[in-house]
Amino acid sequence: MYDAIVIGGGHAGNEAAISLAKLNKKTLLVTGNLNMVSFMPCNPSIGGPAKGTLVREIDALGGVMGIITDKTTLQMKMLNKSKGPAVRALRAQSDKLEYPKEMLKTLRNTENLDLKEAYVRKLSIVDGRVNGVVLESGQVIESKIVIITTGTFMNAKILVGDTSKSEGPDKQKASIGLSNHLRDIGHDTFRLKTGTPARVKKNSIDFSKMELSPGDGFVHHFSFDKNHLRVLDKEWPCYLIHTQAKTHDIIKFNLNKSAMYGGQTVDGVGPRYCPSIEDKLVRFSDKERHQLFIEPESRSLDEVYLQGFSTSMPHDVQEKMIHSLPGLENAVISKYAYAIEYDAIDSRTLWPTLESKVIDNLFFAGQVNGTSGYEEAAAQGLMAGINASLKIDNLPPFILRRDEAYIGVLIDDLVTKGTKEPYRMLTSRAEFRLLLRHDNADLRLTDYGYNLGLISKERYDRFTSKRRKIDESIDKLQSMYITPTQEIRAYLDKNELMTIKGKTSLFDLLKRQDISFDIIETLADMHFDLNDEEKEQVEINAKYEGYIKKAIAQANKMQKEYKITIPKDINYHHVNNLALEARDKLDKIRPLTISQASRISGVNPSDIQMLLIHLKKYET
Amino acid sequence: MIFDTITAKTTADGSSAINVIRVSGEDSFSIVNKIFKGPNLNKQKTHTIHYGHIHDHQKIIDEVMISIFKAPRSFTTEDVVEISTHGGNFIANEILKLLISHGARMAENGEFTKRAYLNGRLDLTEAESIMDLVNAKSHNQLQLANNQLKGDVKTLVENLQEEILNIVANIEVNIDYPEYDDVDQLTNDLVLPKIEILIKKIDDIINESETGKMIRDGIKTVIVGKPNVGKSSLLNSLLKEDKAIVTDISGTTRDLIEAELNLDGVILKLIDTAGIRTTKDVIERIGINKSKKAIESADLILLVLNQSEKLNDLDMELLNLTKNKQRIIIANKMDLGNKLDLKDESVINISAKNNQGIDQLSKAVKKLFIDEKILNSDKTLLSNVRHIGKFKEVKRALEDAKKAAIDQIPIDFVEIDLRKAWANLGEITGQSSGDDLLDNLFSKFCLGK
Repeated sequence: MYDAIVIGGGHAGNEAAISLAKLNKKTLLVTGNLNMVSFMPCNPSIGGPAKGTLVREIDALGGVMGIITDKTTLQMKMLNKSKGPAVRALRAQSDKLEYPKEMLKTLRNTENLDLKEAYVRKLSIVDGRVNGVVLESGQVIESKIVIITTGTFMNAKILVGDTSKSEGPDKQKASIGLSNHLRDIGHDTFRLKTGTPARVKKNSIDFSKMELSPGDGFVHHFSFDKNHLRVLDKEWPCYLIHTQAKTHDIIKFNLNKSAMYGGQTVDGVGPRYCPSIEDKLVRFSDKERHQLFIEPESRSLDEVYLQGFSTSMPHDVQEKMIHSLPGLENAVISKYAYAIEYDAIDSRTLWPTLESKVIDNLFFAGQVNGTSGYEEAAAQGLMAGINASLKIDNLPPFILRRDEAYIGVLIDDLVTKGTKEPYRMLTSRAEFRLLLRHDNADLRLTDYGYNLGLISKERYDRFTSKRRKIDESIDKLQSMYITPTQEIRAYLDKNELMTIKGKTSLFDLLKRQDISFDIIETLADMHFDLNDEEKEQVEINAKYEGYIKKAIAQANKMQKEYKITIPKDINYHHVNNLALEARDKLDKIRPLTISQASRISGVNPSDIQMLLIHLKKYET
Repeated sequence: MIFDTITAKTTADGSSAINVIRVSGEDSFSIVNKIFKGPNLNKQKTHTIHYGHIHDHQKIIDEVMISIFKAPRSFTTEDVVEISTHGGNFIANEILKLLISHGARMAENGEFTKRAYLNGRLDLTEAESIMDLVNAKSHNQLQLANNQLKGDVKTLVENLQEEILNIVANIEVNIDYPEYDDVDQLTNDLVLPKIEILIKKIDDIINESETGKMIRDGIKTVIVGKPNVGKSSLLNSLLKEDKAIVTDISGTTRDLIEAELNLDGVILKLIDTAGIRTTKDVIERIGINKSKKAIESADLILLVLNQSEKLNDLDMELLNLTKNKQRIIIANKMDLGNKLDLKDESVINISAKNNQGIDQLSKAVKKLFIDEKILNSDKTLLSNVRHIGKFKEVKRALEDAKKAAIDQIPIDFVEIDLRKAWANLGEITGQSSGDDLLDNLFSKFCLGK
């Protein structure tokens, strides 16, 4: 008897399995192919705006994605450097072969975790509660908890031109039957679609016709424990090219051959932010060219990824399209692009813990919940694992608020609003993104990670020392003043900095856009015992103090709404004067807090007032 | 937000001598501090009362008394400020607009009571009546706001929203897709002129709202007329209060300040009223020359005649002096019969003593000063206190954005204020969900992998 079984060894499943095992739960991970755990069927890139912050949050909570990325990175780059700290983002190209290997090693080295290659046919359910899984072989394995993280595998279909076959990503076997079974037990599913571009042999490319797009060298790291970063002799760059008029002619001429445009009937809804190249041409017909990135896939593969060129055209058209691109005139295609269609569940049937509202002790995480992206999947996997463990231990759930983490935004959006297209994390989804920076993910979440038992004492001690140093430095800067002596004015003048009028605290001085921490140290003639990361924290806190304070004040108001909880078993038919639509929606979503209730579409402020009065009335 | 700071006038509409405006919520003190010239309310003890002025930038709106009640010792158990103002809807509305423009929300019917209940201040027996009270408001606030908006105003707001959203979406794309060269990279220098245009538009709307700038700032008005013609009684019946005391004993009226009065939203600023209130009128006391000066500097002359008598020389001279000015001839003492012989003049007949005909006066003023077109256009419908307050809040957010852009703060911070402006406009129409932003993002920009 296991404590938990995780179905699917992708980015979600592995985080779930590892966190459960680390929390001393006897766990089994069932997956189709152990050599392909956490493989990356789309581009081998991790992070970017919002997504990079998710990786940092996973790391601060004790997940593994950041560490494995650091261990397998080919290139890393800080994006949005010219913008504010809230939107700066780290992105890595990881080695697509090394990443699964490193993950498998981690899984094998995790105590309490068993691994098994198999496909699950159905769940074993007694009295509305899951108690194990039934494999395709018929074998039954019992457990207290089951977490489904099947990604894009359920009832997957690969679409190319007018062909369609039952297959998962990267030619792996699809999971057939499980989604039928889920529908039988009351979980609605719907079809989603995504796609991936072709891979091309590297030695068939003329890179001289392309623009080099280098990384920043090996100066960044995702994990707050920087010791995991693997530094290579040289980084593996990306290249930039654009589509040509010829490319567009080929696509337009062959449009009806695309699986999505007449080739065949497709039910799945694709993501707007990840359109195929034919989609881009149709929807933005006035654009003369589109940008494409050539990304490295692996140190040990003669293959590159053609970012921006996903398509469901037949193979012969793909050849023509690719050969029309600069530098790719003689390119040899090693893998053709395809679209994939799969079953996802309605994420509104889940509690904010990611546990099913339909079947007790059953959790869902990752792409099966309608999301897109490795980072979104990993974040959910970690949270499902943590909450499953807490449930076994009979402890209160762990739900992150929207002002605490992108993870909180992600899960709240999923369970409150649901999604019609594969959900991608974007910075614009986070109303408190100024507070949810990638640089302060550890300050936001390490306490949780440590208290849950996922962050080691040693790492936590290092963290608390960092936090103390930052706080002390801010105090010091606020209590120290300089006056515009001749010497100081001369220094400012020499460096073309605005002068200071009268006595000014060092903290106020640091608020100025033209004053860096180094200048402060020079002016005050003192050294602060801080590393670059710590200095950055102090500087952000000074420079954007006004904005940060406003955001915190807003967040505090929302927290009050989070504190008013709604009983899981509330009968909405007993709440007077609710609008019909609101009653239906509330009954379906069953929000756990007033804050969550207020975000349900169709629930108006007056309905919330009714609900508040009802809750107050029956408080006792 | 449920726990935002709310405000409303707690006294009934009408001509009470004093109005009380209540503000409740955790930002009460900080919001009121921003518009109050007087002691810092944060530093005062609870259950104290303070004297000062409500101001909008440099402009004094009213002289007020402010009572403060700190949480939880207040009606709603939240921080509460009560502002006692002079009577009349105009001043109260100006103050409400100011409060809204600084972040307070117009309270719904019964919302103070509801908060008192939700915060445990009232007991259970009162719950039912509150339910009824709240229920009586069958629409939610936003729907109601929507209904109040006429088509053109709605379009106006939506267009503005769209313009801001376009900028915001562009910045968002720059953030979420930093390497896309298909999309313009918006910089502070590029955004600044766009923000300035928006501010100009909002300014125009605020200026054209209500009934025109002159009406809002007040029309400089002088009341003239020969002695004992009833100027003081007219003034008093206009003021509808005993602030200016009318008596037979000379020297009892010492209030030398210019009076300001509100006729259905039209503000008359009465100048040189001191003379009127004395037993000796302005002509006698300050002489015809000074009287001429007063007439010259005024935007509006209210020339009072006694219709129970024939016109005398002084009447004729006043008629002559004011003939090229905007004037309204008021024939007082209509209760005593009409002996006036005024040809080609429109005359308003009133009885100041019996409060008759005063309504006509305000209509006549409006007719004189408000362009018929403005009066009838939809723009004037932006007279709703909440809407104007919101527009001012939008303007404030845009000005913050402008300042940030000038100071070269990173563009994503500039965007925070732009988004706030957008959301504030959305609160007028009831439409501003994050989904709109994403829809705009993906419909306008070609993004993907």
